[in-house]
Formats: sequence, C-alpha cells, structure tokens
Amino acid sequence: MKRWLIILMSLTMLIVGSAGAATPPNALVMAWQFDDIITLDPAEIFEFSGAEYAGNAYDRLIGFEVDNVENIYGVVAESWTVGADGKTYTFVIRPGITFASGNPLTAEDAAFSLQRTVILDKSPAFILTQFGFTPENVRDKIRATGSHTMVIETDKAYAPTFFLYCLTATIGSVVEKAEVMKHEKNGDLGHEWLRTHYAGSGPFALKTWKASELLMLEANDAYWDGAPAMKRVIIRHIPEPATQRLLLEKGDVDIARNLGPDQLKGLQGDKNIRILSSPKGGLYYLGLNQKHPALAKPQVRQALKYLIDYDGIAGSILDGAMEVHQAFLPKGFLGALEDKPFKLDPEKAKALLAQAGYADGLKLTMDTRNNFPTLDLAQAIQSTFAMGGVTLEILPMDGKQALTKYRARNHDIYIGRWGPDYQDPHTNADTFARNPDNSDNAKSKPLAWRNAWDIPEMTQKADAAVMEKDPQKRAQMYLDIQREHQQTSPFVIMFQDIEVAAERTNVHNFILGPSFDSNFYRFVTKN
Amino acid sequence: MARLFKPITGNQTTRTAARVTGIVISVALTFLGLLFVTFLIGRVVPIDPVLAAVGDRAPADVYERVRIELGLNLPLYQQFFIYITKILHGDLGNSILTANPVAADIMRVFPATLELASIATLFGVLIGVPAGVTAAVYQGRWPDQVIRVIGLFGYSVPVFWLGLMGLMLFYGRLDWLPGPGRLDMFYEGIVTPITGVILIDSAIAREWEIFRNAMAHLILPAIILGYYSLAYISRMTRSFMLEQLSQEYIVTARVKGMAEWRVIWVHALGNVWVPLITVIALSYGGLLEGSVLTETVFAWPGLGFYLTQSLLSADMNAVLGATLVVGTVFIGINLLSDLLYRLLDPRAK
Repeated sequence: MKRWLIILMSLTMLIVGSAGAATPPNALVMAWQFDDIITLDPAEIFEFSGAEYAGNAYDRLIGFEVDNVENIYGVVAESWTVGADGKTYTFVIRPGITFASGNPLTAEDAAFSLQRTVILDKSPAFILTQFGFTPENVRDKIRATGSHTMVIETDKAYAPTFFLYCLTATIGSVVEKAEVMKHEKNGDLGHEWLRTHYAGSGPFALKTWKASELLMLEANDAYWDGAPAMKRVIIRHIPEPATQRLLLEKGDVDIARNLGPDQLKGLQGDKNIRILSSPKGGLYYLGLNQKHPALAKPQVRQALKYLIDYDGIAGSILDGAMEVHQAFLPKGFLGALEDKPFKLDPEKAKALLAQAGYADGLKLTMDTRNNFPTLDLAQAIQSTFAMGGVTLEILPMDGKQALTKYRARNHDIYIGRWGPDYQDPHTNADTFARNPDNSDNAKSKPLAWRNAWDIPEMTQKADAAVMEKDPQKRAQMYLDIQREHQQTSPFVIMFQDIEVAAERTNVHNFILGPSFDSNFYRFVTKN
Repeated sequence: MARLFKPITGNQTTRTAARVTGIVISVALTFLGLLFVTFLIGRVVPIDPVLAAVGDRAPADVYERVRIELGLNLPLYQQFFIYITKILHGDLGNSILTANPVAADIMRVFPATLELASIATLFGVLIGVPAGVTAAVYQGRWPDQVIRVIGLFGYSVPVFWLGLMGLMLFYGRLDWLPGPGRLDMFYEGIVTPITGVILIDSAIAREWEIFRNAMAHLILPAIILGYYSLAYISRMTRSFMLEQLSQEYIVTARVKGMAEWRVIWVHALGNVWVPLITVIALSYGGLLEGSVLTETVFAWPGLGFYLTQSLLSADMNAVLGATLVVGTVFIGINLLSDLLYRLLDPRAK
C-alpha cells in the first residue's frame, strides 16, 4: 500500500512539476472581474469594464488630465475653436496617427465615428444626441471639411465645457471607417462585427477576446504618442476576490483589481505588494419613492438623512473603499459640493418624525442587491434606522431584479450606486435634479423620475446651468442646486467610490484615473 | 454466439423500427417539455431582459426599440413558437451578454466542463468503488468507519470552502499545484482550439508543455468536484456489495476454496457493476451540468458559470441553449448506460 502511494505521488509530481512562476517582464498580467462587458463597440460600450478597454485600445478626440479634470487637452483633435454663435466647433485632426491596420487616421474617420454613434443609437448615444443630432441630420451637422478638419454644429449654444467633456467619453473614440465598413451587414455600420472585434488606433490593439474569460491586448508599437513598454496585456476574469489575492501573492498576476476590505487588510504587511487608490465618480445613495405617503413628507426625508452613521460605516464596513460624500456631484467634478451637513442624530430624527405624524415609528422596505457592499450597507442602515423608530425590512434580490422594480417605481427605498456617464456636471444633475415629466409613461426615466419626485423649478435651474458659458458662474449654479437638493431631495447621498487596486511592487505607473475610461496601462513598466 | 447470427425476420424489423420511433418521439417530447418549462420560468422571473441588453441608462426610445427587436412585445406563446421554429432551423439565437451566437458560446464553455467533469468522475470511480468494496468487506469495523467519515465529509463540507482551502494549501503554501484557470496565463492562445478540450487539443498539437500545464490545472478542481461523487459512489458500492456478499453463490465459491480476493473483486463486484453503472452515469451527468461554485473559485469558464450568469440577466437564448445541452447530455448518458447494461448483463438482452 505504502509503495503504491509513493509511486502515485511521484507520478503526480512528474505531471505537475514545480508550479508558479513570475509573469514575463514585458507583459502585464491582471486579475479582474470583467463579466459586465457585453460589447467592444465604442458606440455601444456603457459598462465600467468596457469603458476601461476602450480607454486603452482607442484614441478619443479629446481627453482630460487625470489629476486635474478641469484641464481638457486634445488627443486625436490637435486643437479646436468655438464659433461666435457658440454652436459651431471646428476641430483640427492631429496628423501622423495610424490605425492598427496601418492606414492613416483622417477627419473622415473622426466624423464617421460620431455619426455612427448617433445613427446606431445604442445606450450611450444620448451623450451626443442631447446636442440635437439625429440619424437624419447628423451627416450634415458633423462633417469632415478637409482631410484634417472636422466641423460640428450643435442645436443650441451650450456651455462649451459641457460639449467638450461629452467628447471625452467613450463615444468620442475614433474607429477606422474603411475597416468597419468592410464588415457591414444589413446597414449596421459594422456593429455586429465590432462588438467582438477591433478597429482602432490606441496604444493597445485587441488580440483575443473571450467574454467573461480572457481579454488580451497587444502593444501598438507605432503609437503616435510613444509605444507602451508592455508588449502584451493579459487580463483574466477571476470572479472570486480571495482567488485574486492568492494569484497576486504568488506573483502569477501583477495587478489584482477586485479585492475587498478583507483581502486588502491581509495584504497590508506584504512588502511585495502596493495598494493604489483613486476616488471614482460612483455614488452610493438611497432613493425614497415619493409615491409612498410617509416618504413624501419633507420631515421624514430629513429624518432618514439623520439616521445613518456615515463615518462609522466608512470606517468599518467600507474601510477605505469609499468616503463620505453627501451631494450629487462627486468630488473632482466642476462645481462639486463638499459640505457634509448630516450625521447620525437619532434624537433629531425622532423629533422630525414626530412632526410628520410618525411619533410611534414607521415601517419601510428596502430593495437591496445581494452583493458586497450593498447588503452590508443595508444592514448597518437597518440598525441605525431602528434607533429612530424606523423598522426597515431588507428585501435582498439580484441586481437586475432590483433595477426592474426600481424602474417601475414599485419600491419604498432603493439602495443603489450611480456612476457618471461623462465628466461634465450635467451628467448627474440630469438624473438627480431634473424630471421634465413625472407621469407614469414619461419618455425619460432619470433617478428623480424613478423616485417620483416632481421638480419643475429645479429642472429649470439645471437647464440654465448647462447653457452657462462662464465656467465659474456655471460652477456656482451647480453649488446652489446641490445645496437645495441636499436638504429637500428624496436622495440620501452617502458615499463616493474609491477604486482600489493592488499591484506587485515591481510594477510602476499603472494609472487609476477619476473615471473608468481613464485607467491606463500604456505607461506601465516593470523591473 | 448463436443468437448473434439469428436471421432478422420482417416482423422483427418492424418491431425495431417501432421501438426507434418510440424513442425518438419520447426524446423529442422530453426536449419540448424541457424547453417549455425553462422558457416559462425565464419569462416569469421578475427580471427585465432588455436591461441586460441596453443597460440601466438607456433612454426610453432605445429601450423600447430593443424590446421590440427581442420580440418581447409579442404574446408569450408566440415568442415560444418563434423560438422553437428557429431551433428547428439550427439557430439557437444570440446571447445578449456575450454578443456571440449561443451555439458558439456553448462550444466554448462546454468542453471546459466536460474536461473537468470527466476527470472528476474518473477520480470518483477509481477511489470510490474500491473504497465501497473495502467498506462492505470490513462492514462495521474500522476501515468501514473511516470510509464513512471521509464520505460524510465530502457530502457535508461546502465545495466553495473546500476549493479555497485547497488552493491556499496546495497552490498558496506548498506550491505543488498551479493556481486557478485552465492554463497558466502566458500559455493562453498558443494552441488553436479544435475540440475545445485543452488536453486533447494540446496533444494533437504536440504541445506537451501545455498538456502538462493543463493537467496540473485540472488536478485540484477535479479532485474537489470528484470528492462529492466519490462519497456517493462509495456509499452505493458498499450497499450493493453487502447485498451480493450475502448471496448463496458467494458462500458456494468460498466453500469451493476460491481465493478470497477473487470472490470479492471478481465474483461479487462483477455483479455489482450493473446497478453501479446507473449510479456513475447519473453522477457524471450531474457534474456535466457544471458546478457554479467550483467554477467560480477556480475561475473555470464552464457551463455552470455561463448558465448562472445568463439566468441572472434573463438572457433567455443563452439559458435555453444551455438547458438544451444539459438535457441532451442527460438523455445521451441515459441511453449510453442502457447500452452498457445490455453489454454487461446477459439477462438484459
């Protein structure tokens, strides 16, 4: 028996050999949860992970500085001018950029990419169509006027910062017209093909794509702004954070992207590992449905804002993954309000509830995604609500199920996360502080609508802010709206995301930017 | 032998034809029922499939357009009819989540599960059957107790925990085995997938280093997945064996002076194989459905993970496609075990 065991063991060792090896010096290997990617077409990408892919594989017209988002600079567009009417933008396209196919990038490609987004009309198309472009008029309104000049005409004289910030989003990625049209089917402008393929000019080109499994990029050695040091980027979908940590500790990956507080704590003493963090635009908030008679009372809304232990939660459950933030514009945005007027105060909350006629307490339900940290947050909130006499029943459910219910306005309270769509303040004002039509069959369903909050006056104020040309005045207008919003709205805004990644200490210059499409691999070096 | 050469009479041909038709009809009805129930569940769950396709932020007009594109505005029976018609034309539709044809997705994820489940079952049989026999022979004594405890452990400890602990010990601490995934990352994309089963593909390509790497990656998840079937197989083997060991022919064999090992391993076990085949086939079929938890811990891109993700997004084409595969596997395995029955048991002929 013993001899058999020895033979079996040595056989196993022969097959296995010694496992574990360092990653190659010129390849970046990353463990990441990217199962949210449903498309690789920049005209359709609207998910966090998809945006990061586009940010590394495509060049956009313009970008913003990751350390100071107020500085907008040209990428594919070398420069631009705004006409006297405030509606005509002329872009000069940078010469010398080539696509992965080797063809030069021209103004025609840039115009085509924007036209294509509008014509395809996928989820993120509104970022452009809000400027009056339609599939019918877009070929006139966005056009190449020379091999390296492009003219864009908006329908109104919006704040230029608003328009330019919108072009920094993923929809501003330039795709190669000839390559995409080669794969056109039934007038789809190559959409079916581009969902799983590549036609860009960015620092990295797509090599292999297997949904929820593997994403492999290859360096573009002819990149106009300098070839990346990493010749390959290999990203594997690792769903389990504990597994990600193990891979990082063993040196089988260079970067782990989805570690929870538990894993991060365990890594703190490890001298081979460095933790990076960057505030992101995502906000955690409670949405209080105004169709609920109790939640419609202003005192109740105020009371609930005093029944959350903001600092306690940020320090314990979230532990570095988020910071307290109580206004609808995240830190880092133009005009972001950083006041934090609310803290846990059960006595004050009880008094407010008594004023509203709920001296004996109140029973509410909260639709909660069954993931970290949503469920953990919900439990903490449940216990502090109880201090004010509010009995909160948590209804755990899958994310898509919770959203379906939220969009039907069938919730009492929804605990959710909102991430901005582009870097301009209007992105969040548009959803938290605008509700043009509160009827059940309204055309647009912003968060204010989902919570049935009817706000004609605030909607007007938000509309005015988006037209203001003077950036300083514009910032002031947003500050005013946020102050009012903070006190009266049915949104209990609690925390702002901090994205955390852990890397091996031999990895340098991996950049975590303020938005998901500004996490860059191109500067990474390894020693 | 004589029976094999018996001439086939006309009457018998008709009977065989009738039998085959019967099987085909029953299989077709099983599939139809399976699809119908899955379809119904998918439409009844309170998840909006349009959200999976367009995301939460899509404006109302985009949302509405996609809803119509997906045919969700039609009555349920019509949606089902359209789906069945497409299936009969060999079109499983496109997955919302991956943007690929469902058939292509399944061709990608199923071999991963097949590879894992086959090795796991092999492990379960190679260890489980001898363990069961041993337990039966030493009934009530210490080997029986030890095997019982080991089996009970396999049944009751969550796979998720076992998987993580296994990784931490054999990969994290001891460095005996590689980490999660089907291959080390830098071996990705070297072998062209032919069957999708890496062991076979790398053998065809004569990439022995990749073969070795894939084998090493399989060991831990297969053992952990196989542990569960091991527990089941050993329990069943034990009870089948106990039944055989009390039979008169065993007593006769012993009285005749036959060696004890021969009595147990040839005579008794020989008769146990027949019912055991069903047990093994069922457990193999179960593993082929994919195991979400094992696949999650080991980042194994298999069918279970795919099916669960699709279900949670109400990606019905993908869910139905995967269900169809699971159904086919089950029916196939059942037919196969029937066939083996006939080969092993002369009475079944």
